[in-house]
Amino acid sequence: MGAPGELNLAALADYSNNFLREVEERVEEGEWVKMCMQCGVCAGSCPFGPDWEHSPQKIFMMIRAGKRDEVLRSDSMWMCTSCYNCVVRCPRQLPITQIMHGLATYAERLGLAPKMNPTRKFSLQFWNNCTTTGRVNELKLVLQVYFRDGLASGIRRFWDMRTTGLRLLLAKRMNPFELFFPHRCKDRKGIHAMLKKAYEIENKRRYSPSPHAGRGPG
Amino acid sequence: MAKKEYAFYPGCSSQLRGSASNYLTSVNSMCQTLDIKMTPIPDWNCCGASIGYAGSGELARHVMNARNFALAEEHLPGQDVVATCAACWLGAKETKQKLDASAQLMADTNEALKEAGLQYQAKAEIRHMVEVLIEDIGYEGMAKPVVKPLEGVKFAGYVGCQTNRPFGIAGESFENPMYLDKLVETLGGEALTKYEQKVTCCGGALAFSEPEKSQKQIKDIVESAYDHGADMIVTPCPLCQANVEIYQADVNKRFGTKFDMPVAYYSQLLAVAYGATPKQAGLDGHVIKPTKLQDIAVKVVPAKR
Repeated sequence: MGAPGELNLAALADYSNNFLREVEERVEEGEWVKMCMQCGVCAGSCPFGPDWEHSPQKIFMMIRAGKRDEVLRSDSMWMCTSCYNCVVRCPRQLPITQIMHGLATYAERLGLAPKMNPTRKFSLQFWNNCTTTGRVNELKLVLQVYFRDGLASGIRRFWDMRTTGLRLLLAKRMNPFELFFPHRCKDRKGIHAMLKKAYEIENKRRYSPSPHAGRGPG
Repeated sequence: MAKKEYAFYPGCSSQLRGSASNYLTSVNSMCQTLDIKMTPIPDWNCCGASIGYAGSGELARHVMNARNFALAEEHLPGQDVVATCAACWLGAKETKQKLDASAQLMADTNEALKEAGLQYQAKAEIRHMVEVLIEDIGYEGMAKPVVKPLEGVKFAGYVGCQTNRPFGIAGESFENPMYLDKLVETLGGEALTKYEQKVTCCGGALAFSEPEKSQKQIKDIVESAYDHGADMIVTPCPLCQANVEIYQADVNKRFGTKFDMPVAYYSQLLAVAYGATPKQAGLDGHVIKPTKLQDIAVKVVPAKR
C-alpha cells in the first residue's frame, strides 16, 4: 500500500469501462447495456438458450467487465432467432434482441465475428440477396445456403432435401423461373444509391473516431 | 367503392411463385368477401427481415422500410400501410417508431432517401392484416359473411413470435394471446384451449442456418398440437407456416415421429368459411394437405335467402 490518498492508476484502468463505453457509442441500443440487473430472465426465456455459450445476461456482464475479445468473437449473439421473448419479459425492458443483433453487426464490421458461423453467413447472404434487386429471391437464397460449403456438400444437402423441394415445386411455392426471371424492384438504381448513402452516414455517425459520436439514448 | 381501402405491403414471400404465394391468394379471396380493397404499394421493396442485420446495420434497414412508407404516402395518400407478413410488419413498425422518436434518425433517413428521389413524411401508419380484421372489421363483421362454418374441426392456434412480440395485437397478452382462438370460434371452428406451444419460436430464419436446433422447436410445436387433439394448426405468420409445415418430414426422420399435421393461414380459414373454392383459398399450396378444410370447401351449401 502506498501513502494515504495515493492512487494506483494501473489498477484503476481495469475498471475504466472502456468497452462498455465503446458499446454504448457504437452498437445499436448499446446504451441500454448498463441497465441490466442480471436477473437471468432473458437466459431462461430464449428458445435456443442451451445453445448459447454466453447468455445475453452473461454478455451484458462481460461487456461491463471489459471482455472485448470474448464478446465480439463469440458466436452466442448469432444464436438469436429474433423471437423477442427476452425483450417482452425483461423487467428493465432492455431491447435485448436489438442489442444482440447490434453486437453481432459491430463484430462483423470489425472483422471479429466467427467466420464459419452459419447464421452469420446466412444473415449476410440474405441482406445481399434482397438488396441486389430490392426483393428476396427465395430460390437463389436456398441454393446459396445449400452450396455455402462447396459443391460436394451442396449436392448432398440438395439430395437430402429433394422430396421437400419437389413438393414445394408441386405446391407452386418454388419455381425455377425465379432464377432467370426474378421478382425485382424497378428502381434498383435508386435503392442502391440510397443504401450507399445510408452506410456513409452511419459510418460517419457511429464509427468516426471522435468520442461520443453515437446517437445517444432515445 | 370498397368499404375499406389500404396500401398493401405483401412482402417477398407472398409474391407469385413465392413460398407463401397461397397466403396472398387466400388474402385476396377473403378481402373480396369483406369488401376490402388492397392496393399494392408501387415498386415496394423487401424490409430486410430480422435476419439481414449483419449486412444492414441500423440506418440502411430503416431506409429500406422508409422507402416503402414514402412510396405509399406519394401514391396512396391517407391509406394505412397493411402488411400480411409478420417480419415485414415488425420491421416496418420498428422503423416507424424509431424515426418518430429521433429527429436525427429521421433526418439521416431522408438524406439517404433523397438519393432515390423520395421523402418520408411520417404520415403513413403501419398495420398488420390481423389488426385490420379485428379492429376495422370486428369479430361480428367477420362472422356475418360465413356460409360454411368450420364445424367439427379442431384448430391449434399457433401465433408464434413476430405477430405477437415485441408489438403484438392491442389488448392481447404476450404469453397467451387469444385473438386467433376467437377468430377460429367466430368461423364456427373449435380452438384448443390448452395449447402450450402457442407462442413458441419455430426457429425463424435459423431453420436454414441451424436446422437441428430449429427442428427441435418445430417438433414441440407440432407434438403439442397432436397431444391436445388438433386436426390442424393455424397461424398468422408465413415463416411459421413454412417452417412448421415443410420440415415435418425432416423432424420425422430426426426424431422418429410420424407427424402429418396440416398448417394453414387464418386467411384460408376465412376464405373457406366465406365459400371460396379450394383454389381460391390457396389450399392447393400445401405440402401436407389440409383435408378437413378441403372437405368443407368442396361441400355444396344451399344458398342463403
